[in-house]
Amino acid sequence: MAYSDKVLDHYNNPRNVGSLDKSSPSVGTGMVGAPECGDVMKLQIRVNDESGIIEEAKFKTFGCGSAIASSSLATEWLKGKTVDQALEIKNTDIVNELSLPPVKIHCSVLAEDAIKAAIGDYRAKQSKQVPAAHAVV
Amino acid sequence: MKLPIYLDNHATTRVDPRVVDAMLPYFTEHFGNAASRNHEFGWEAEQAVDKGRKQIADLIGATPKEIIFTSGATESDNLAIKGVAEMYAEKGNHIITVVTEHKAVLDTCKKLEKNGYRITYLPVMGDGLIDLDMLKEAFTDKTILVSIMYANNELGVIQPIREIGKLCRERGVLFHTDGVQAIGKVPINVNADNIDMMSISAHKMYGPKGVGALYVRRRNPRVQITAQIDGGGHERGMRSGTLNVPGIVGLGEACELCGREMETETVRLRYLRDKLRAKLEAGLDEVYINGSMEHRLPHNLNMSFAYVEGESLLMGINDIAVSSGSACTSATLEPSYVLKALGVGDDIAHSSIRFGIGRFNTEEEIDYVAAKLIDVVNKLRELSPLYEMAKEGIDLSTVSWAHD
Repeated sequence: MAYSDKVLDHYNNPRNVGSLDKSSPSVGTGMVGAPECGDVMKLQIRVNDESGIIEEAKFKTFGCGSAIASSSLATEWLKGKTVDQALEIKNTDIVNELSLPPVKIHCSVLAEDAIKAAIGDYRAKQSKQVPAAHAVV
Repeated sequence: MKLPIYLDNHATTRVDPRVVDAMLPYFTEHFGNAASRNHEFGWEAEQAVDKGRKQIADLIGATPKEIIFTSGATESDNLAIKGVAEMYAEKGNHIITVVTEHKAVLDTCKKLEKNGYRITYLPVMGDGLIDLDMLKEAFTDKTILVSIMYANNELGVIQPIREIGKLCRERGVLFHTDGVQAIGKVPINVNADNIDMMSISAHKMYGPKGVGALYVRRRNPRVQITAQIDGGGHERGMRSGTLNVPGIVGLGEACELCGREMETETVRLRYLRDKLRAKLEAGLDEVYINGSMEHRLPHNLNMSFAYVEGESLLMGINDIAVSSGSACTSATLEPSYVLKALGVGDDIAHSSIRFGIGRFNTEEEIDYVAAKLIDVVNKLRELSPLYEMAKEGIDLSTVSWAHD
């Protein structure tokens, strides 16, 4: 199968590889896929609690080149967006940007799922947080 | 050293220039039809075919009359299995084969199953070999055929052919083996190995594509098969169609070269294979061999690189031609059924690479391949959430993954 230049570029120079402190209340972690399916994506965001803007995004992916490229691209797009804007990223945007063939569409779906899972995790953490000012002494 | 490096010799092989030289005159100069009995052109072609037949027979301890030419091993497998099923239908309707067979055998058996035949698909053990006791138990009084490959195309593991043949012989059951990966690579003798039929392909042994043969035993027992292609009655009625004379010349020459060079070539290939394995094991943690190393073709290595997905690995070593058991290399998204049959986890199956070393590979190439693989695997493990989790001491088998 021939890969698009953009997939090759992300594969050869993946953006934002790494991990954030998953115990931090400002960090949301999404882990989707399963090893036996051949794809596991871990996507993390660090959100500025004041502005709601995603300041940092990191990923690690076990999967084919298209899965690596989809998650690498997702981290690029996430940075600088608000959480609400991030939720508007659709898998079809990733398909178009990377020119993924039909057999690789599931990679883009997984990336969208990873974004949603990371934001869901962040929001769950935030709702549990008791703001310090209102803490009962 | 020239890139890319070809290490996919189980898929196909480069035609040996000596084979090409032998074939060339039969395209333009001696182009006759081997079935033309009344002129020089036909006689020359027939002589060439006779020579090819003998070269093949000599390599496997058969007689020339026992060689039936076909278009390749897929046709040979079809002819053997369907031909016996049809011919011996009155005797029985049960066939025994193995789950790790090539699709040419498995899908042929499935077709027969639809037509009322009963097929037993034997499992394999963790090393890829069958359990002879399970074979013994699988025989019924309706069993007419056992079809088990000599060596597996993914794992290179060599089945206990002689013992299988003996069990069949004792029970009066015919034994067919797909010999494609083994012929010319390891010594085969159809009499010592108790083989009744064997599929042969030229392009896996440095010959041309589009030509193969089926060995059909003529004595003790005399095997009869029903033709699957009807026509002019070529090949003693078993396979009609004008003979592919240049192809047959090429197959014959390929057999002779393999036979002549097998002893020295085996030593060389095994050295290269073992060197590749040793380098990869020294340079990387958590790499696993798939299949028996003891009962294995000398030029095959099938290895899994844990926590790295096969297709992404192939992408990183794009100047090396190998195959992966990963789902992503197929349209089905299912990993290799052969690896799954061994009981290895799907994640390990997704991480597998098959190396097939061949006549034209050099030690310099093997060194390059090992270094490149170590580099790319390390890079991909840096990217792998699974490797990170494993390093944190998390047992991946206990994680509950989010499935769709």
